[in-house]
Amino acid sequence: MPKIRFIQHDGTEQVVEGEVGNSIMQTARDNMVPGIIGDCGGNCSCATCHGYVDPAWLEKLDPQSEDETIMLDGTMHQESNSRLTCQIKLTPKLDGIVVRLPISQV
Amino acid sequence: MTPKTIAIIGAGQAGLQVAASLRELRYEGRVVLLGDEPHAPYQRPPLSKGYLSGDVSAAQVALRPDAFFANFRIELIRNKRAVAIDRVRRMVGLEDDSVVEYDHLVLATGARNRPLPVPGADLQNVYFLRTLDEAAVLREKMAAAKNVVVIGAGFIGLEFAASAAKQGLSVTVLDVAERPMARAVSRVMSSVCAREHEKLGVRLLFNTQVMRLLGEPGVVRGIETVDGRTLPADLVVIGIGVVPNIELAATCDLMIEDGIVVDEFLQTSDPNISAIGDVAAHPSDYNHGQRVRLESVQNAIDQARCVAARLVGKPAAYQALPWFWSHQSHLHLQMTGLRTTDCQEALRGDPNGTAFSVYLFREGRLVCVESLNRPADHMLARRLLASRTAVTPAQAADTSFELKSLLAS
Repeated sequence: MPKIRFIQHDGTEQVVEGEVGNSIMQTARDNMVPGIIGDCGGNCSCATCHGYVDPAWLEKLDPQSEDETIMLDGTMHQESNSRLTCQIKLTPKLDGIVVRLPISQV
Repeated sequence: MTPKTIAIIGAGQAGLQVAASLRELRYEGRVVLLGDEPHAPYQRPPLSKGYLSGDVSAAQVALRPDAFFANFRIELIRNKRAVAIDRVRRMVGLEDDSVVEYDHLVLATGARNRPLPVPGADLQNVYFLRTLDEAAVLREKMAAAKNVVVIGAGFIGLEFAASAAKQGLSVTVLDVAERPMARAVSRVMSSVCAREHEKLGVRLLFNTQVMRLLGEPGVVRGIETVDGRTLPADLVVIGIGVVPNIELAATCDLMIEDGIVVDEFLQTSDPNISAIGDVAAHPSDYNHGQRVRLESVQNAIDQARCVAARLVGKPAAYQALPWFWSHQSHLHLQMTGLRTTDCQEALRGDPNGTAFSVYLFREGRLVCVESLNRPADHMLARRLLASRTAVTPAQAADTSFELKSLLAS
């Protein structure tokens, strides 16, 4: 099962195991990782699962959909490596992925 | 004092969120989550969309995996209806005569489908769409259906109609109002959505209603409208709204008015009982301080968080900004704020296309924004409304004006 390393804005780290096919948002929520909300349940409608994907991992991800790009545009603390974590499905090659979390989601 | 046992009646989006938020806030006491469905808590939004198309499985609609409940010591009791509340002894009675004691009780009993009071509504192949079981049957029946009639052009009716049309079924939607989603969105948003549904091949009939459902023997074959039309149907879906599940609260004499009446802290007339979600009639700043009952995921989740925080000793009045979404095929509709019928409107973008927003003003103040395929407008609108930023109709209508610049940085 792929592992995800979440790094909070204050530097605290948490490594959790996710299931292939589940999203990073779901994995965070199922393990009560703080800082990821995911209110709309993964429907790309709320932009409260914003995270910064470590640049080393960015190229391993599927490209953003247009929906995700415009939702990200509405977030507060967007960076070049911003993604909505509900749109990233875990695969074996994402084992070890590092996701940093913004200071706030809204 | 922090309650030792918190019981939650209703294991939907709101009930589950109370349990999850309590643990997130490091509440150490006992949490009992009572649901009357056989399933663990699940999401409803995909049931009228991805679940019907097969893109989303039953396992994927679960709000949390089974292990979550054990991992975080949430006692989930499924498939048992709560039938009585003893407020003096602080006990909930379940239908199998078992009892759950509580120090604090959260009512998240939700709502149920409003029945259609016409002859033939009990025929076979006539369905509602609210629960996972209902959606499962409907998904199966859609595979064999040809002519679908949807009664009610609200969110559920239109989401279902779009799903059915995409599967190649012949779909007719009828509504007593003169336009779709009449109570929820502006006239211009209604008309654009109507036009787009017609492009999908959905036939829309307004200002009419069903008089009876026709069937033989026992199975629906068509419907007859009050103005004398007969439409063939081998599948009928009824989506004419919901009624809040207030009965349990009423039998123990909590104050009821449309929903269960709560104060700004979401407390009922009994300080040991809170009510949240679809069933809670709560005062809202976005509704002139008057009570309102909102049926939405956002309302369920934010009210759950508000109550969980109070129960761990961090009380705050509920002030979350309402927002909502509905996906109908290529129409991604998002709304925030609360509208009234007497609003001044400003359009941003072109309603002849499929991407524009409607900004609604009352007494010169922005009160609501409806966005169609313009999620960035929606996200920004949430920030403008939550911060009560002054916006003029002229600024809203001017696409060359950056609304973002109005926000204090």
